[in-house]
Amino acid sequence: MLAIAIIVLREVLEASLIIGIVLAASLGVVGRGAWIGGGVIGGLAGAGAVALFAAAISDAFSGTGQELLNAGVLILAVAMLAWHNIWMARHANEVTREANALGKAVATGQRPLIALGLVVGSAVLREGSETVLFVYGVATSSSETPIEMILGGILGIAGGAALGVALYMGLLRIPVRRLFAVTGWMVLFLAAGLASQAANFLVQADLLPALGQDIWDTSFLLSETSIPGRILHTLIGYAARPQGIQVLAFIATLAAIGLPMWLIVRPSDNRGRTHGTRQDGKLAYKG
Amino acid sequence: MRSRLLSIALALSAVLGAPSLAADPLQYTLTIKDHVFAPTDLEVPAGQKFELRVVNQDKTAEEFESKDLHREKIIPGGGAITLVLGPLRPGSYEFFGEFNPKTARGKIIAR
Repeated sequence: MLAIAIIVLREVLEASLIIGIVLAASLGVVGRGAWIGGGVIGGLAGAGAVALFAAAISDAFSGTGQELLNAGVLILAVAMLAWHNIWMARHANEVTREANALGKAVATGQRPLIALGLVVGSAVLREGSETVLFVYGVATSSSETPIEMILGGILGIAGGAALGVALYMGLLRIPVRRLFAVTGWMVLFLAAGLASQAANFLVQADLLPALGQDIWDTSFLLSETSIPGRILHTLIGYAARPQGIQVLAFIATLAAIGLPMWLIVRPSDNRGRTHGTRQDGKLAYKG
Repeated sequence: MRSRLLSIALALSAVLGAPSLAADPLQYTLTIKDHVFAPTDLEVPAGQKFELRVVNQDKTAEEFESKDLHREKIIPGGGAITLVLGPLRPGSYEFFGEFNPKTARGKIIAR
């Protein structure tokens, strides 16, 4: 039973943490529940479909269907996270105002909610399909009794959900004015980690070169299969033994999202400064 | 039209296929039955690319996973997958079935 719980927990964890981050990043935005809930439901439906057609997907594209699907879903998530962060940078003024309003318990604001919905959907789809296949496998083999199986599954899902909730609650303790800066950083690293995973799948499909097998090996310090390892894997893209291309994808994504974020002038940053005509120029461009 | 397509296809396969045929792609097979891999120790030559076919004779899905080889791939129940691996440095590379990690274990030994 515990073995089942741990395997399910490992599968559910990533999706759960991503939902926690997305919920915090969209705090106070009207309609976020519908979009994020829609993402979960859509992801679950997709997970069921992927599990159902696992054989067909696996055989597709001369046997690289799984890799291409995983990489595609991951790249979609990275693109949506990038969109979210760059949108946030462009609308920093409104977001700050909104955050202040939130402090006064007025829930208003907007956000590219479709992006966040898709991020959640893609996470649930990826992790969910594996969970479905695993649980189905346990259910049809006789080694565990149905009660043990159900308890294990529930325990695993509950554990994963609890960690997601804990992350969300932890983020809510951050003063609302600073919250979106923190979630921005988290989204940035989340995106870079997902891009690194996508690169791994493309190596597996023999479409990208590995560029070196183990750039470093910290598995003796923190194994990627352990629960803390898995948590860091999701949050900051921790890899115990990355391939070269994964490191490259990670850094490239940090740069591709981070640079536009920095380059887009955030007027609220400038208000306190008396110098900097360059920034004024960009402000005019923005306004 | 059809014959033209065919000749293009033939020409393409000659161009694309020739080097790999010349290199004589190595193929190995692992079989999963009752959540156990066979063979559990698979010897392959070091320094060469090879294909590993994993055949799942169980009715339930398994996930072939190897941290050493950087691979994770679902094998549907009654299905098979092919992984392109190597060239490997001499050494031992562990793999396991993520859905049955207690029983489904093995290693590839590159010599």
